[in-house]
Amino acid sequence: MIEVVSRSRCVGCDLCIRVCPTDVFERDTDGIPVIARQEDCQTCFSCEIYCPVDALYVAPLTGPAPDGSPHREEEHLAATGALGAYRRTVGWGGGRTPGSRYDRNHLFTAGMTGQPGTRPNPLSGPGLPQAESPGPDLASPH
Amino acid sequence: MSSTAQSGPNTKHATPAPQTAPLSYEPDLTADVLVVGGGPAATWAAVKAAENGASVVLADKGYCGSSGATAAAGTGVWYVPPHPEDRAAAKASREALGGHLANHHWMDRVLDQTWHNVHELAEVSRYPFPVDAEGRQLRRGLQGPEYMRRMRLRVQRAGVRVLDHSPVLELLVDEDGSVAGAAGYRRQEDRPFRVRSGAVVLATGGCAFLSRALGCNVNTGDGYLMAAEAGAAMSGMEFSNAYAIAPKFTSVTKTAYYRYATFYHADGSVLEGAGSAKGRSVIARTLLSEGTVLCRLDQADEAARRAMRLGQANFFLPFDRLGIDPFTQMFPVTLLAEGTVRGTGGIRITGDDCRTEVPGLYAAGDAATRELICGGFTGGGSHNAAWAMSSGTWAGRGASSFARTLGEYTHHRALTPLGRAGLRPSGTTRGQAGDHRLVVEAVQREVLPYDKNYLREGARLTTALESLNDIWRELRHGLAGGGETTVRARQAAAMAATGRWMYTAALARTETRGMHKRADFPALDDPGQRRRLITGGLDELWTVPESAAPVHTTVAEAAAA
Ligand SMILES: Cc1cc2nc3c(=O)[nH]c(=O)nc-3n(C[C@H](O)[C@H](O)[C@H](O)COP(=O)(O)OP(=O)(O)OC[C@H]3O[C@@H](n4cnc5c(N)ncnc54)[C@H](O)[C@@H]3O)c2cc1C
Ligand code: SF4
Ligand code: SF4
Repeated sequence: MIEVVSRSRCVGCDLCIRVCPTDVFERDTDGIPVIARQEDCQTCFSCEIYCPVDALYVAPLTGPAPDGSPHREEEHLAATGALGAYRRTVGWGGGRTPGSRYDRNHLFTAGMTGQPGTRPNPLSGPGLPQAESPGPDLASPH
Repeated sequence: MSSTAQSGPNTKHATPAPQTAPLSYEPDLTADVLVVGGGPAATWAAVKAAENGASVVLADKGYCGSSGATAAAGTGVWYVPPHPEDRAAAKASREALGGHLANHHWMDRVLDQTWHNVHELAEVSRYPFPVDAEGRQLRRGLQGPEYMRRMRLRVQRAGVRVLDHSPVLELLVDEDGSVAGAAGYRRQEDRPFRVRSGAVVLATGGCAFLSRALGCNVNTGDGYLMAAEAGAAMSGMEFSNAYAIAPKFTSVTKTAYYRYATFYHADGSVLEGAGSAKGRSVIARTLLSEGTVLCRLDQADEAARRAMRLGQANFFLPFDRLGIDPFTQMFPVTLLAEGTVRGTGGIRITGDDCRTEVPGLYAAGDAATRELICGGFTGGGSHNAAWAMSSGTWAGRGASSFARTLGEYTHHRALTPLGRAGLRPSGTTRGQAGDHRLVVEAVQREVLPYDKNYLREGARLTTALESLNDIWRELRHGLAGGGETTVRARQAAAMAATGRWMYTAALARTETRGMHKRADFPALDDPGQRRRLITGGLDELWTVPESAAPVHTTVAEAAAA
């Protein structure tokens, strides 16, 4: 669920309010979004990848994070690189390569019911992509 | 190409006032085609209707571009080169798994149309596909956010008027019962809106019963309920019990990688027979009896692990954020209901242009049945994505052609709103059934538990259906909203209706076929039941084999025509 809106980073662009499919945010009087209906959050991470300044953090939990959880602490999340990590992976933001270019999912679905190709098993060998990184690894808040 | 959807007061067209005129609609639009939804099916429908010369309005419950199962999850696509052997193999692959309910005519069309649409994605939308060593694009997968962002752009460039955060609540019909528009509620503006149109495409996705599976909470079966109120039927509703593996307490139901998993009991001993594909019921049974199932992706070697990271970034989100290495550490898993999203049931299609039994009403994507291409087996992994773009294309074209035949008359029809359950209760609001939250919880108690919906058995299905019928009776009498709550009340009603069709069909199918597995009828593929089941009704439910359905054309006839 959405846990953090960084007031210091947010530039009030309203994008998260617009893109959240379940309408979780409200605009504060000073133009900063607030998490108005956290229980409606479907943990889809969309707001995070749209935020241009990495001001949002969605904890991977389908319930609210408990008090004192690292998933609620902005400084910690910023320090560990968790803020903006998924946006980097998706490859959105100036000068980045779209993450879809690195997609190697067809290797895993080859030969699956209805997909062309043969199922690789075990999956290894020369057919596999080199370990070229799609961007910094997602940081853990721990 | 046009952007002629006009807004203006109703009086502009000198039409009679609607029977129940609410306050005032803002906006109050007219268009040739209204597309309801904002996922792949809806966006393809909108683009193709506009290219066919129609003025188009697209109304999405969420935000067209981030809303729906595809936008959050991403999809493999049934993209098969037009070589006869490849196509034959592709068609054969799910034939038995799907219980022989798919149809060759439809599989061929979907393979052709998908091939075409994916090329448009590459050429018109410049989707950044990965490339192989020779520089050829690999076009068999689509990353959700990237795909849907580009579809939104294409919709807008086609001149379609997009209404975000505008859940549609009910259909409007003319004197003849033809669908002539829809009304809904603009959540962020807090006011009702309406679109009069020549035809309506329902592309509202499936129903995952607010289970919090990835991207699926917008999918509450609204389109099914609206279609049924207009007189359309459902097909394949017994194939609506898809359950996906997810790390416990998370939403991420990406399942392809679990084929590298070993599953364990809580004490760390191997859970024999458990697996992602065939052994998922073992996981369900163990979750019921022991409460915990652990998992570790320990069958993936180094190379596989690296490739997996590049394959599906969102798969690793929960692990990375929880500090778990899924390749070396055990983690608890759960099974989340995805209902008809990765199931195959939905609104019955009665013609190649994805028309329904109701004139002016078209259905596409998960809102429609996908049995035509995958029978009773899951549409996930490839078929659903192909179906969404193909059926969207046909429905958009079909709806725009239908609208054209109406001519001048289109926007001068007297409209009757059809919404009942959750919108216009038959009695006064009172008690438990007046609170949408309690209705949702009550429905979930009947449709989410593994021992009711996944591991099916006649007596338990009957009890669950009786409970859902009680819930329905009460909510018909007492559930209503007001403002934004109306949207939630309608969602609750749609979930209840979907659950009732699901179990009605599940009880009628006294055998095991596709994903529908009956403990009391474990024998597979009873030849006498090799036919699709049509289900419908609101207060009174009915189900019949397709051949005896109370409708004019069967799918087979429509296909042959
Ligand atoms: C985790 C996951 C992985 C998947 N992987 C694959 C895969 O690899 N391959 C594959 O083929 N399929 C896959 N699927 C299935 C696939 O995502 C769906 O079949 C596909 O998204 C269907 O497209 P759609 O446009 O019909 O519905 P959706 O994409 O779900 O969109 C539905 C839209 O309707 C809108 N809506 C709902 N109700 C209303 C209303 N009342 N008024 C207005 N708008 C409304 C929603 O806001 C949403 O925009 C997967 C599904 C999940 C959940
Ligand atoms: S994670 Fe998804 S549902 Fe939750 S706030 Fe962000 S966009 Fe909205
Ligand atoms: S998207 Fe980011 S910058 Fe824009 S309003 Fe939301 S939090 Fe602020």
